[in-house]
Amino acid sequence: MDMGVVRTAIFVKEVVHVQITPTYSGCPAMDVIGDDIKMALKNAGYHSKIELILAPAWTTDWITPKGRKALENYGIAAPLNAEADKDVLLNGKRLVTCTNCKSQNTRLVSQFGSTACKAQFQCDDCQEPFDYFKCLK
Amino acid sequence: MKNKNLYNYILGIADNSLILGQRLGELTGHGPSLETDIACTNISLDLFGQVRSYYQYAAKIAGDDRTEDDIAMLRKEREYFNVLLVEQPNTNFAYTIVRQFLFDVYHYLFLTELQKSHDVTLVAIAKKSIKEVSYHKRFSTDWLKRLGDGTTESKQKTQQAVNDLWTYTEELFYTTQADNAMISEGIAVDVTKFKANYYQNVNAVLTEATLDIPESKFFQKGGKQGIHTEHLGYLLSDLQYMQRTYPNMEW
Repeated sequence: MDMGVVRTAIFVKEVVHVQITPTYSGCPAMDVIGDDIKMALKNAGYHSKIELILAPAWTTDWITPKGRKALENYGIAAPLNAEADKDVLLNGKRLVTCTNCKSQNTRLVSQFGSTACKAQFQCDDCQEPFDYFKCLK
Repeated sequence: MKNKNLYNYILGIADNSLILGQRLGELTGHGPSLETDIACTNISLDLFGQVRSYYQYAAKIAGDDRTEDDIAMLRKEREYFNVLLVEQPNTNFAYTIVRQFLFDVYHYLFLTELQKSHDVTLVAIAKKSIKEVSYHKRFSTDWLKRLGDGTTESKQKTQQAVNDLWTYTEELFYTTQADNAMISEGIAVDVTKFKANYYQNVNAVLTEATLDIPESKFFQKGGKQGIHTEHLGYLLSDLQYMQRTYPNMEW
């Protein structure tokens, strides 16, 4: 819910219909997310049906403040606004806050990171390498 | 099949992404640097994701028991409709980047237009994909400039790649019978309409990269009708090996 991946959840004749949407088309986590939702609902005593939808296309704007906090706690810097995002990914600006020491003395290591949704950064103060969640509008 | 033209049209779009994705995937663990290796395979993953959406839709249109996997894995060489450009090998990093750049510029313009289609599923896939493709285009454009305007060696290799791959660009704007049928129904993109725009974009970046724009007017085509270069067969044997050896295997 906090990542904006779950779009709707409604009851139709005793069955929970849940619609989920991928962050990126090739996101390999979608099957796991779908299975986890199904399992959680089953444990709570509900039958469910999971549907993958593509429209409207997912955007980082749908990540809630709680979701952003959870990302930061995990060590992934949450997306900046579109303009700042462009500045850090293309123009070498130092605006991303290090998830370890909170310094903004961070630099882009790679435009592409460990998954499609992230870029790789490093902090020049504490030297910690970390992921940055790219802004997607 | 009732909607044969739509089915073939979708395969034409999807096969480009499948074959290019497979080519980029070959670089897993073999990229020139860790960052470019990850970038190429990330782009590959985006393309495969898009391919799944297209093939799932095509399977639904086929209306029989075929699945997205059957469409991806179990066709013969002549039943793939990708353009020749995307099947060209990773001769060296310059070829990988130039191939990517020449396709990305096309792909971006194509998806921009596909968003105006009368087919809601294709519109949804286009809207999703274009966000990813704009990032691919940035990557290949940046690298083309770095390589072209780089060292004497990188410039020479990149110019060679541009000269060699240029012959496959015209085919991007060739329309098949299925394409034309779908254009008249307002579903397909009339690619001929953005051809001038394409070459304008490409030439501007080549100029900025201090590379020469090829003057050759000799162009190859055939992929969109299933007639491929010698490279596709080898690529498919790699792609299809597991599924042919262990039919119906799953991860």
